Amino acid sequence: MESNLKWKVIFITLVVLLCLFGLVGLPTVPTSLAQVRDNFSKRIKLGLDLQGGTHLILQVQVNEAVGLQTDQTIDHLSTQLRDKNIRYDDLRKVSDTQILVHNLAAESTATFRDLVGSSFPEWDLAPAPGEQSGYLLTLKPSTVAAIQAQTMAQSEDTIRRRIDALGLTEPVVAPYGQGDNEIIVELPGEGDPNRAKSVIQAGGQLELRRVEDPNPYPSEAAALGAHGGILPPGTELLPSKTTDATGQGSWYLVDRSPIITGRDLRNAVATPSTDNPGSYEVNFTLSTDAARRFGPFTEQNVGRPMAIVLDRKVVSAPVIQSRIEDSGRITGRFGQQESNDLALVLRAGALPASIRYLEERTVGPSLGADSIRHGVQASVISLMVVLIFMVFYYRLSGVNAVVALLLNLVILMAALAYFGAVLTLPGIAGVILTIGMGVDSNVLIFERIREELRAGKAPPSAVDMGFKRAFLTIIDTHVTTVVSAVFLFVFGTGPVRGFAVTLTIGLIANLFTAVYVSRVIFDWHLAKMQRQAALSI
Amino acid sequence: MDFFRHDVNFDWMGKTKYFVALSLTLLIVGAASWIHKGTLDYGIDFKGGTLVYVRFASTPPVDKLRQGLVQQGLGESVIQQISDIATPNANEVVIYLPQRGQGNEALDAGKGEILNALHATLGAGEAGKQDFNEASPDVVADLLTRKDPLSAGAAGATRYQPLAKQLTDYRDKQARGVVPNIDDLRQAGATPAVISALRDAFYTGPFAVVNVEIVGPKVGADLRRQAVYVTLYALAGMLVYIALRFELVYGAAAVLAVFHDVLITLGLFSLLHFEISLTVIAALLTLVGYSMNDTIVIFDRIRENLRLMRREPFATIVNRSINQTLSRTILTSGLTFMTVLVLFLMGGQVLRSFSFALVVGILVGTYSSFGIAAPLVVAWNRWRGQGAVPVSGTTSGSKTRTGEAQGRLAPAGRR
Repeated sequence: MESNLKWKVIFITLVVLLCLFGLVGLPTVPTSLAQVRDNFSKRIKLGLDLQGGTHLILQVQVNEAVGLQTDQTIDHLSTQLRDKNIRYDDLRKVSDTQILVHNLAAESTATFRDLVGSSFPEWDLAPAPGEQSGYLLTLKPSTVAAIQAQTMAQSEDTIRRRIDALGLTEPVVAPYGQGDNEIIVELPGEGDPNRAKSVIQAGGQLELRRVEDPNPYPSEAAALGAHGGILPPGTELLPSKTTDATGQGSWYLVDRSPIITGRDLRNAVATPSTDNPGSYEVNFTLSTDAARRFGPFTEQNVGRPMAIVLDRKVVSAPVIQSRIEDSGRITGRFGQQESNDLALVLRAGALPASIRYLEERTVGPSLGADSIRHGVQASVISLMVVLIFMVFYYRLSGVNAVVALLLNLVILMAALAYFGAVLTLPGIAGVILTIGMGVDSNVLIFERIREELRAGKAPPSAVDMGFKRAFLTIIDTHVTTVVSAVFLFVFGTGPVRGFAVTLTIGLIANLFTAVYVSRVIFDWHLAKMQRQAALSI
Repeated sequence: MDFFRHDVNFDWMGKTKYFVALSLTLLIVGAASWIHKGTLDYGIDFKGGTLVYVRFASTPPVDKLRQGLVQQGLGESVIQQISDIATPNANEVVIYLPQRGQGNEALDAGKGEILNALHATLGAGEAGKQDFNEASPDVVADLLTRKDPLSAGAAGATRYQPLAKQLTDYRDKQARGVVPNIDDLRQAGATPAVISALRDAFYTGPFAVVNVEIVGPKVGADLRRQAVYVTLYALAGMLVYIALRFELVYGAAAVLAVFHDVLITLGLFSLLHFEISLTVIAALLTLVGYSMNDTIVIFDRIRENLRLMRREPFATIVNRSINQTLSRTILTSGLTFMTVLVLFLMGGQVLRSFSFALVVGILVGTYSSFGIAAPLVVAWNRWRGQGAVPVSGTTSGSKTRTGEAQGRLAPAGRR
């Protein structure tokens, strides 16, 4: 038994060392108390409610991307129908996923069906309900799902790149919730989320388009009037970004298809403006492929204005002076931060669909500091209360329980450090609950031992029976609480998850300390005790 | 040392009617408060809206602020001073703006309006200067680098960054977020040159926003639904677990007892005006686990005694089991209760509702094990006509030829 016991003690010592190392030994072995504290604060990750920061939940409006696909299909379809000389009365979008072809010429039905089947495989064709010769094209659900998934992934990616470019420490960007296209963004230490929010939400869609008419119009009606009520094919009207005091802007008649889009950019940088000292502009360079298109385009259009369109609004429309190969600039009365943010957004890429904010929480650093103080105070005091009671009530065995409990807490904290789990304020409450519920295991065992001693058993036998009988009950009680905690972890976010994590790890560690370590201490004590001596319990 | 007499022979099952009376009273009182209010006190997690917590350097002018908010068109807002057991001089107010419409406008419109109203009522500060109480360490460092009061020259950035952090740490940790006067920063280690540079660029605003919570309508509805599901799933999971370890009737009795605990806790929440937030749901689920915990200890002992005390009436066995585990029950409940009581008193205002749920939950959870769960099992037993001579070991109920039913209350599984 002696050597067996020795191995157990060595094992426990190793566990303790491993835990201490995990808590204060990384990233560099400390040589002073200050370094110990420093390491510790680096190892334990604090949640937003303890260090301050902003938490955002946003929803990607994926149906916009689906609608965009439908719009593009309508364009293609109308071109194809014209090419194949298929006549119809009306072709329009009914919803994000449906297109109605109204009154299709009867003799073209077969050609139409063939066309849809071969060129538009993602669409289901069916007769339109309630129409004699109308057809309804519906986008296949699998395609819709694919577009939505891709939009989510691209949005998450773009948002992450934009936030990374802002240079915040350890931000979190991750999908959230059960499939409602939500993303969670956590910005530790960020007290004023306004800048981050606008950078995240910015569309960022850049387009360079040829301007049809050299002068902008004061209103849409004026533009239509100048063209006899119908715009020339392949053009559209876009408003200017800046509006004057009355909110009126100018309208530009531009080509529908852009020559250059944001995807063609190689880089975008904010620089102080040369024409307008004090304000800034964004200089961008194009990729080689795009440059190959842009050169001839600018050469052919010297003397004409070119619209620089940002999120469907014309920022400026400079006149092309000469052939430009691969660069350009966006001017406007930008301040330094504004131009930096625009360059950042252009570099990170445009969002495929717009973003809506659903939830925003900002914890200031003073509240975070308060919470830490309260949490630590409450933990220390409750620990003291429990420890003093145990020693008082169970004498030397109480010391056994104290050692087990302290080891329990050390293992709990080390596990948090090793897993990189985040400690939140409810998490600290979980630690306090672990103290209270953890000591329950010891009480169960000790009361059983006392019972056996009262029934006349000798100490070694009483200890043995105490542990054996109490073991299953301990397992039962821990399982029920851990089951609750697991549900909480799955369902909860941030702070609640922190609570579930500390409680679960604490109780699992408790199984080890209250049953194994306590037993080893008892065995060691019993081995040293004289034969007829009473057990101090 | 030992508090307990270990030969206690209290007749718990005989006192069932008193326990039931106590439970009914608590339930009725809670339900009455609930019905009277028409609804539970949902926190912002569930009802949505905007919450802004604002701290002042001295006593906040609540009435003035209330008038100011109404003047700015925010008449439906609610402003309250936070008074807390642990921090009586918090100088903090919380402003709640209920959510309007279906949230098609920007989520943080409410926050913007509240802040505008506060600035309009309390003055917008000095022109050309920034509010030190709202400045981040970067802004302060930036400014110090530009003004360079300590003549650090090119090494300015590295010199002023830690200094700025020191100053803002003092503001956040010692001054609780609001520095009344730039001169106070001397205590943070700022030399007169630094103070004068700061005074040129900053003023000290009368308040600082320490916490903002904005929950849109969609999130609120989602969370309400999820909270109910999670609680039901957890209860179902426990029912299955206990039914497997013991028998179905034990599982049902335990779940009913836990249900009773949750209802009483919610009733007390309503009565004492505590808000139900996400963390409170976490506390409720924990107390579900804890109450089960406690009930299982008694059931365990009943199971053990069923084998040892074959000839005794069931109610007597249950009584004996409760008496035997009494010392353990009181000790652990006592200890756990002590720890959550410390949390309630000293854990700060953020955790107050959460710790209240645990405080009540532990008391009620312990009581429900012998007051509700055990009597339920005994009553079931009696109803099945098996109060006389229970026999353990059989897992299927079978009546003997003389009509005396054999006990069905044997646990599944061996030990």
